[in-house]
Amino acid sequence: MLKIENLQVEVGGKPILKGLTLDLPSGEVHAVMGPNGAGKSTLAYALAGRAGYEVTAGTATYDGQDLLALDPSERAAKGVFLSFQYPLEIPGVPGLTFVRTALNAQRKARGESEVSAPEFLKLVREKAKALRMDFDMLKRPLNVGFSGGEKKRMEILQMAVLEPRLLILDETDSGLDIDALRVVAEGVNALRSPDRAMLVITHYQRLLDYIKPDKVHVLAAGRIADTGGPELALELEKSGYDKYVGEAA
Amino acid sequence: MMAARVNLADATTFPSRRVEEWKYTDLHRILRETPPSSPEATVAPGGPFAALGGEELAFVNGRATGATQIVVEGETTVRLRFVSTTEGTGHEAACRIELKPGARLLLLESYEGQAPRYVSNVVLDITLGDHARLDRIVLTDEPDSAISLARADVRLGRKADLVQTTLTNGARLLRQEIHVAHPGAAFAHIDGLYVLDGKRHADLTSTVTHSGVDGITSQLTKGVVKDEARGVFQGQIVVREGADGTDARMGHHALILSDRGEVDAKPELEIYADDVACAHGNTVGSLDQNALFYMRSRGIPEAQARAMLTEAFLAEVTDRIGREDLRDLCRAWLVERLG
Repeated sequence: MLKIENLQVEVGGKPILKGLTLDLPSGEVHAVMGPNGAGKSTLAYALAGRAGYEVTAGTATYDGQDLLALDPSERAAKGVFLSFQYPLEIPGVPGLTFVRTALNAQRKARGESEVSAPEFLKLVREKAKALRMDFDMLKRPLNVGFSGGEKKRMEILQMAVLEPRLLILDETDSGLDIDALRVVAEGVNALRSPDRAMLVITHYQRLLDYIKPDKVHVLAAGRIADTGGPELALELEKSGYDKYVGEAA
Repeated sequence: MMAARVNLADATTFPSRRVEEWKYTDLHRILRETPPSSPEATVAPGGPFAALGGEELAFVNGRATGATQIVVEGETTVRLRFVSTTEGTGHEAACRIELKPGARLLLLESYEGQAPRYVSNVVLDITLGDHARLDRIVLTDEPDSAISLARADVRLGRKADLVQTTLTNGARLLRQEIHVAHPGAAFAHIDGLYVLDGKRHADLTSTVTHSGVDGITSQLTKGVVKDEARGVFQGQIVVREGADGTDARMGHHALILSDRGEVDAKPELEIYADDVACAHGNTVGSLDQNALFYMRSRGIPEAQARAMLTEAFLAEVTDRIGREDLRDLCRAWLVERLG
């Protein structure tokens, strides 16, 4: 579903990703782990199309199309979803309005009809309940004054409503206590399916106890330094990233 | 700000930017001579507030079609219209408004331009008796070639409430001024909203002078400028000696959405009393790029994301309007101007 080849990305003129290659087939969940500064968030932002993350070489192909040529909103309409490490606060725009606008914008871009207000409310109520979210929270401006855990639940709720096909989770476990982590992970696991793929970006192994990856990639100094099964994550938890950092230096 | 008043009949009263209070709104630069006098004219009843009912009092090309004053006992709604209908001419209008003690007035004031290049100068003299309440909505809809000046002098009685919101999309040069004599133990809520494009100019200037104890002033002005437009906010709150316990808050926040747009802000607090709670905040910036990217990453196209963020930013002002029908009308005005 997603094929990244020799991806090189600069931020502010500084090379961060230096030839990253990764193949994520449909139906699989891959973890990308690595030390701070390895380029994990840069990978996430480059795939989502953030300005300032300049691709200087390489390709990213999604369902056979050049992902990097698309505008961020077009990527979203085609099913790419980035769950932010630090979701933004949007003052003055209620969560419900935001999610409905996003859903209908995506549907419009795909040539589908808009979802009516009653249909939408029914859908959101259902998804919010599954995530044990207070529905009234959705009437408040999106993420404004929310705790870290509440913001992450909002991310998962948006994911559940928008039903993306390629999910990129950037440090979804940061700022979560163990109960919130469990709820968020359940929400993510509920979206696992043969026609979806997930890229789970994380510093710690903890999240992978709840979201079981098919493969684990180690990102160090802008490249994939190692790839293995779930056992690789456990190994990293014990021995740390020193080995890879040393190699890169 | 006791600068001489503009008198259209006397070109020496047209202030230039050398007059401190008119530093950002240079009338003299674009108006050097007395314009020809506007002829008599008539307009059909209506205006932007027609759906809200009330009595209509219209000044057409400066001439009152009925009374030139509004005196209120009890409770009433008045639609006060200042309509300019003739190209290239000038006129002045003056209206006196008096609220007797305990009276309530909903004043729906509109500035309507039906021809290009006119000059309009409006002076309002407003008195609120003790315990009176004035709700005032000012809405302007004038061409980008017009000059529109308006000045309101307001005297508040004890425990009186002045609650006003001004919404404007400017003109070639537009200035809405209000000067409030605040006796203390009264409430002044003076909000403003400007949405400017092209080469439009809007100036919202206010002074509030607190001369007694326990007065409250709350001001929030927000605006956006696009293209080569220019927004001006001048807000002055003076707390005189002895006006202890005054609570005065003033905020002005603007977005500049183009390279050549300009916003000039001059918030001033002058405090000569003790034990007061006064604060002012002023920010001028652009849309939050991080928020924009977040919205786009969820599938909202850039133009739509910008419009949503801008509307949400400005709606903080219309959300403060208490009456639902008025709030909806003002929100609709805002959405239309942003569209």
